[in-house]
Amino acid sequence: MAATKGFFTDTTLCIGCKACEVACKQWNQLPDDGFLFTGMSYDNTVHLGSSTWRHVAFIERPAPLHPQSEEAFSWLFSSDVCKHCARAGCLESCPTGAIIRNEFGAVYVQPDVCNGCGYCIVNCPFGVINRSEDDGRAWKCTLCYDRLKEDLIPACAKACPTESIQFGDLETLRTNAQARVEKLHTQGMPDAYLYGEDAASQPGTEGLHAFFLLLDKPEVYNLPPDPVVPTKKVKAAWISMAAGAAAIAAAALTSVFFDRGNGHDRSHLL
Amino acid sequence: MGTSFGRGGATTFPGDLVNSDVIIIQGSNMAECHPVAFRWVMQARERGATIIYVDPRFTRTSAVANIHVPIRAGSDVAFLGGVIHYILENERYFRDYVVQYTNAPAIITSEFKDTEDLEGLFSGWEKKKGEYHKRTWMYEGVDPEAAAGARESKAGKKGEAIQRKPIQAERIDPTLQHPRCVFQILKRHYARYTPEMVEETCGVPKHLFLKVAEALCRNSGRERTGAFVYAVGWTQHSNGVQYIRSAAIIQLLLGNMGRPGGGIMALRGHASIQGSTDIPTLYNLLPGYLPMPHSKHDKDYQTYIKLNQPPSGWWGEFNKYFVSLMKAYFGQAATKANGWCFDYLPTLTGDHSHMNTVTEMADGVVKGYFIMGENPVVGSMNGPLQRKGLRQLEWLVVRDFQLTETADFWREAPEISRGEVKPQDIATEVFFFPAASHTEKNGSFTNTQRLLQWHHKAVEPRGDARSELDFMFKLGQRLKLLYRNEYNRKRNWPIRDLTWDYPVEGPLSEPSAEAVLREINGFTIRDGKTLGGYTELEDDGSTACGCWIYSGCYRGGINQTARRKPYWEQNHIAPEWAWAWPDNRRILYNRASADPQGKPWSERKRLIWWDEAQSKWVGGDTPDFIATRPPSYRPSREARGKETISGDDPFIMQADGKGWIYVPTGLQDGPLPTHYEAQESVVKNPLYGQQCNPERMEWMRKDNPYHQPYNDPRFPYVITTYRLTEHHTAGGMSRWLSWLSELQPEMFCEVSPELASEVGLKNGGWATIRTMRAEIEARVLVTRRMKPLKIKGRTVHQIGLPYHWASKGLVRGDAANELIGFVGDPNVAIQESKVLTGMIVAGRKSKERRFITSGPFYKSLPGREKDRDLPAARRKPTTGHGHKAEQTKEGNV
Repeated sequence: MAATKGFFTDTTLCIGCKACEVACKQWNQLPDDGFLFTGMSYDNTVHLGSSTWRHVAFIERPAPLHPQSEEAFSWLFSSDVCKHCARAGCLESCPTGAIIRNEFGAVYVQPDVCNGCGYCIVNCPFGVINRSEDDGRAWKCTLCYDRLKEDLIPACAKACPTESIQFGDLETLRTNAQARVEKLHTQGMPDAYLYGEDAASQPGTEGLHAFFLLLDKPEVYNLPPDPVVPTKKVKAAWISMAAGAAAIAAAALTSVFFDRGNGHDRSHLL
Repeated sequence: MGTSFGRGGATTFPGDLVNSDVIIIQGSNMAECHPVAFRWVMQARERGATIIYVDPRFTRTSAVANIHVPIRAGSDVAFLGGVIHYILENERYFRDYVVQYTNAPAIITSEFKDTEDLEGLFSGWEKKKGEYHKRTWMYEGVDPEAAAGARESKAGKKGEAIQRKPIQAERIDPTLQHPRCVFQILKRHYARYTPEMVEETCGVPKHLFLKVAEALCRNSGRERTGAFVYAVGWTQHSNGVQYIRSAAIIQLLLGNMGRPGGGIMALRGHASIQGSTDIPTLYNLLPGYLPMPHSKHDKDYQTYIKLNQPPSGWWGEFNKYFVSLMKAYFGQAATKANGWCFDYLPTLTGDHSHMNTVTEMADGVVKGYFIMGENPVVGSMNGPLQRKGLRQLEWLVVRDFQLTETADFWREAPEISRGEVKPQDIATEVFFFPAASHTEKNGSFTNTQRLLQWHHKAVEPRGDARSELDFMFKLGQRLKLLYRNEYNRKRNWPIRDLTWDYPVEGPLSEPSAEAVLREINGFTIRDGKTLGGYTELEDDGSTACGCWIYSGCYRGGINQTARRKPYWEQNHIAPEWAWAWPDNRRILYNRASADPQGKPWSERKRLIWWDEAQSKWVGGDTPDFIATRPPSYRPSREARGKETISGDDPFIMQADGKGWIYVPTGLQDGPLPTHYEAQESVVKNPLYGQQCNPERMEWMRKDNPYHQPYNDPRFPYVITTYRLTEHHTAGGMSRWLSWLSELQPEMFCEVSPELASEVGLKNGGWATIRTMRAEIEARVLVTRRMKPLKIKGRTVHQIGLPYHWASKGLVRGDAANELIGFVGDPNVAIQESKVLTGMIVAGRKSKERRFITSGPFYKSLPGREKDRDLPAARRKPTTGHGHKAEQTKEGNV
């Protein structure tokens, strides 16, 4: 099996050119999302969905970007993508087995198996996967599975002119990312941190295969601060359910015993 | 660039920006418009370089720059003049470099008067003619005529004679103390460009300006270098050439030219724009910057050579380049006896630049028009006037991917939807040809760094789509066929004798692009051997070469432009990646990377140096110098041509081998950059009585009305136009593509929250923007990226308008260029589109009115009713050219 692959998206290197969005759509032949002027900075595709598998967020932030400026304004860009979580809610909730983990450690939807039930959608803590209005099936980033099979890197990483999107072996990416954060800290950007780089930092997903370097709170980038894959709660849910069931059973039994006693007593009264 | 250094091309390449210690990006939104080249800037930043970005708007470049400086559109010369002042005042210039490699020590004639003496004019202003007589700008003791620079700017404008004595400053003062030496003139010229004046003129706070000036100076000198990056944000002004000249002066003073991490990176707007001037689509040039003959002066071959071949500098070889070009054009027919068919060439009768051609169309002078890969109705100034011109044509040919607004001007236009123009009244016959895209044809791009890069055909073009090469080749064949029975008439001989015999290939029988490139490279007539470079060209008719500066691109019979060895398999200069003109030199004037004795100024910044043992220049790049000329070489008085280039003169294309801080000849509007306001400004020129560039080109016509030069109460806001990453210029390549269209789906305007509240604009709502020419509507994007500026206590608002949309395609909107009038720079006739004034109101109030067809929709102001129909500016001596500037001046006195 090939080594686990992933993305490290360094938002401090992103110039918001959207080449990743276009390269993704072209390679995967995805339709447009409609032509909607949102008035939200330069973001007119708004969020990830069945036809947008890379999405660049534009954040006009009323805060300075150190050490660039003292002025309380900065413009942040971040190219969002499916996180290919170590514990993937979509995969674990898929009843048909359409969603699998492939040899690159990526979470992959097999379109010929997907029946469009939609369980995966509610089980993704990031709102990544979505059903196509057209055929009802669920679609998301494939980590360019077809390209990886041919020893090509994903289209978005290939198109990125500034190496904001780095693709490679997950372990190497994690090492590089850690070094990058430390370098930024010494360069006067103490706010830089990694989002979802491993299980320790994000237990709710047990770590992301596509993790990020951010400069502000996750919410600023429209990312959840503490994502938890719903299926992670299954065990706890079953335990509480079992406990609940046991409690009910116990109560029932107790009541029966009491009932017997009482009955006995009552029969005595009769 | 041509007048300052000798060649009108970027002096470096984007990959070398990695070596810069400071990069100033001004007049270019590099991250948005050149995102791929911007990777090198990002790498430089990561290596610790300071990235400074000067722009009216906070853009995607600002977002990643170290310092962003918001500036009032159109005030860059004042800002850069302030930097020059700072360098001189604080003695931060690189003295050895300045004394040895620039014309700073040269002494100028005693008759020269500066703008400081004449309220914003230089000596020699002829009010009646509306232009300068440039005699007084010359070096003392030198005949005041011409130089290499003249060739690249307005060649042929007046057929200026090139003198036959070498241009060398006759008197110099290496101590830089003489009151009339260039250095002292420079000091006086910029004496008032203080940080306070910069604040007052540009709206840039003093502390921010000083931060920039200090960062630039700190990162220049022996050990460190800085680069400038610009694009059309500098060129598209009525004094655009002087914007670039300002940067040239700074780079010469700081010693940043010809060195790694230095130079001036001119970013070209799209693929092969550099190529379109090298092998020009310009009316006044032949390939390789040879001037087009002028009907009045260049009577015959001998006269043409006499007038254009200077005795000193590299252009002394002019004859070889010209004769070889004629051999490429006319083959056997071109002989010494017939002056190499000189009289076959068309000759210039005047200024036939774009805006003049359009007005001549509108006036019924020009009858037919070819448009290939352009959408002028959307992409060029004054859309209504463009369409008026098209309506008067007899025929129009458009070649494009899509039926653009230009091709469909007769069916879809604002004046047609208003019923003011009826399609049935338009007699123009329109021919539309579908064009092949770059993946459907072989060929080369000459990109921003003078780099010829070959692209191979991936698929055959679909349907009737064909390449431009195929179209032109077959058009030529048909012309030959049509004229074949009339070859006895002499006027048809150029068509008869034109060599037009390229081999065809492929299923569509297309001409071989490689064969064309081989002809451009040049070959020997006798045995057809490809030439190794332009030094092998001869003036006896034994060589043919389609473009002398490209000679060598097919060296050894190999397509050098198709080489693709990545830089990580060679050095960062990557000489084996494609091929750059001239002679595969990547950093121009690189002789200046070494000191006069030939040693690198510093180890850290070494590039080429003189190797005594090998007796030649060696190093990482191809030397932009005579490879075997030692630093100690000095020419004799009798020397001519390239023999006049001294061993320590790095600027070999210049007549005197020096970088020109001061341009004694070759520019129309002055030897030193001077701050003038744009044709339409919101402020009075804070520096001089002279408001605008006195030499600017104006078109005083009814169909091209102007606002008041400043303080026009009807148009209180500054407008600037630009591109976005998501679309391509006039949209022909992007508005029909869903993946690009969804990213920027509608025309919008960018305004500050302050302006929005002043006018009542709502984010996501609508606005109407008006000028005298037109009114358009746009969606509103309120953003803090637009920042109002404080100018003398007054708030100046700027409105940003991208110009990609129009009435066709997947996504639509009004075209920003409908708003802009014709105004031009006098040196290169480029339009002023980066700054104008206008009005904005909330809501969809546009009735799609256009001045030309709807009549005036603004009341004229007292004293301004008399705008008359006047001939185009090229006949300006008899018109009131520049009259507003004069009025302004009188008003100020």
